[in-house]
Amino acid sequence: MLSAKANGPTREGAVRPGLGWALLGSELAVLFRRLRTWAMLIALAAVPILIAVAVKLSSRPTAPGRGPLFLDRITQNGLFVAVTALVVCVPLFLPFTVGVVAGDTIAGEANLGTLRYLLIAPAGRIRLLLVKYAGAVAFCLAATATVAASGALAGVVLFPVGPVTLLSGDTISVGESSLRSLLIAAYITVSLLGLSAIGLLISTFTDVPVGAMAATVVLSVVSQVLDNLPQLEWLHPWLFSHHWLSFADLLRQPISWTSFGENALLQAGYIAVCGALAYAKFSNKDVLS
Amino acid sequence: MNESRTAASVGATERAAPARSSDLAIETHGLVKRFGHRSAVEGIDLAVPRGSVFGFLGPNGSGKTTTIRVLLGLASANSGDIRVLGREMPQALASVLPGVGALVEGPGFYTFLSGTGNLMRLDAADPHASSSTRRQRVHDALERVGLSHAAGKKVRAYSLGMKQRLGLANAMLRPRELLVLDEPTNGLDPQGTREVRNLVRSLAAGGTTVFVSSHLLAEVEQMCSHVGVMSAGRLVAQGPIEELRSAGQAHVVVQTPDVNLASQVLTRLGLVPGEAPGTGSPWGTTAVLGTGINGHVPEEIVAALVAEGVRVRGFTVENASLEERFVSLTGEGFDVVG
Repeated sequence: MLSAKANGPTREGAVRPGLGWALLGSELAVLFRRLRTWAMLIALAAVPILIAVAVKLSSRPTAPGRGPLFLDRITQNGLFVAVTALVVCVPLFLPFTVGVVAGDTIAGEANLGTLRYLLIAPAGRIRLLLVKYAGAVAFCLAATATVAASGALAGVVLFPVGPVTLLSGDTISVGESSLRSLLIAAYITVSLLGLSAIGLLISTFTDVPVGAMAATVVLSVVSQVLDNLPQLEWLHPWLFSHHWLSFADLLRQPISWTSFGENALLQAGYIAVCGALAYAKFSNKDVLS
Repeated sequence: MNESRTAASVGATERAAPARSSDLAIETHGLVKRFGHRSAVEGIDLAVPRGSVFGFLGPNGSGKTTTIRVLLGLASANSGDIRVLGREMPQALASVLPGVGALVEGPGFYTFLSGTGNLMRLDAADPHASSSTRRQRVHDALERVGLSHAAGKKVRAYSLGMKQRLGLANAMLRPRELLVLDEPTNGLDPQGTREVRNLVRSLAAGGTTVFVSSHLLAEVEQMCSHVGVMSAGRLVAQGPIEELRSAGQAHVVVQTPDVNLASQVLTRLGLVPGEAPGTGSPWGTTAVLGTGINGHVPEEIVAALVAEGVRVRGFTVENASLEERFVSLTGEGFDVVG
């Protein structure tokens, strides 16, 4: 029964508008309560475990220089599992999951029909865009952290762990090498921020989330292909994937921050441009879904 | 056809008491919305008085939902002025919308969240909504629409009627000054439809203005104090429901064997004679229909008929039903139920 309790137009339940942290909290809750998000994180967590198990079961030692970076070192030191897994995930697995989340941001809400209700609430278009991007960033962080954590766990369980010899020849302790792994995870998270912004931008153009997801993932592949064509060398510094695998600097002693800085600057550029375009598009968009 | 529609519109609008802007919950002037070259809304002047239950009628595709989208700032108008709750839109969107609850073109929810989860999410989107009372308000809203038992169920498992109820609960999460309900009884069973009607009445009794769009005439007739009729993107009539009803052409039905003579008398009096529908009349008489009684007192007509020697065996004055009125305003193909 619909109750017939009369309801006057009072201001009960109203407060002075805050910054709207509740919406961010709700966005994160919805994102991480979703089965799809968990499925992607579990798939990412499986990558380092697969690598570790495969190396463990294989009788022949991996020849240096074959397979992904650092693969040959795993048997000597389990700490390399996390780094190897991150290297393996960067070209496709991570962009794929990030593309799914970033492409879904606005188009997914439009597809569910919730976009109009969020805007009527009123969430505010700029605020919604910012919160949606923040959610995508949180997922980038969660995704790389998952690979790193799962890799560290698999390495510790299956292989001996000890001091690590760096690319520069120096040896660092287990504690410091864990810190370096976290740094690499942070580097890769930053690497994915530009792609997230691209996904957000594409997502404002359509009501079909799958289309936005696919377009984002395809762009990440195209960018990497272009980055491998020597004829387009002039273009390379502008490609958002250009620095994706340049985190070797973080494995030197002392740490060289050059590539981290260049990467962060490039990603910030993509965030600024795509963010501005997404704002321009979304703030004037007729929401008809 | 078009001219007569415009005339009807002007007639009905003029009869409505001129309302001052501050008395209006929704006010538009020359609102135009085009999609490419196709115009969905062609310059409408809405005037929804505060405290009224305003039925926004029209056939499917007549521009009702588009108008609602523009009013709520989801789409932008190509031209025209809009005021909602006395404030200029879309400039005052952020301060107006917290006072407005809405159900637009059916419910839209996260299918992987529960009913409660969905309302918590949408309430969190409103920066004006207090988070300390959120759980309680969500609980109350669900109870009002009779969804308490399904509050924890995933929306994926909801029926269309349950989703519609959840949509209504969302519109009532906070006390509102204005409720905009687009086809609120879609997908509801007769019981649910009646509950919505009662709910709208109780909200209106509490002082909330309710703007309800519908293509069902019976629904509007039963709960609305005011009506606006849309047809092909134009507002062809609006005003208090009684005025619209009386604006329709009343007609007389004369039971007589002297059909030709009666017709001549009616014509002389300025009525338009015609054949009455459903002539199952007694004593082998025929009914003559005369439309356009306005300006005549019924007994004058009878006197004139008798004076000419017409054997009057039956005489009735019938007011136009609202249904006829709407069909005449919107043309054929109007989906009338009831």
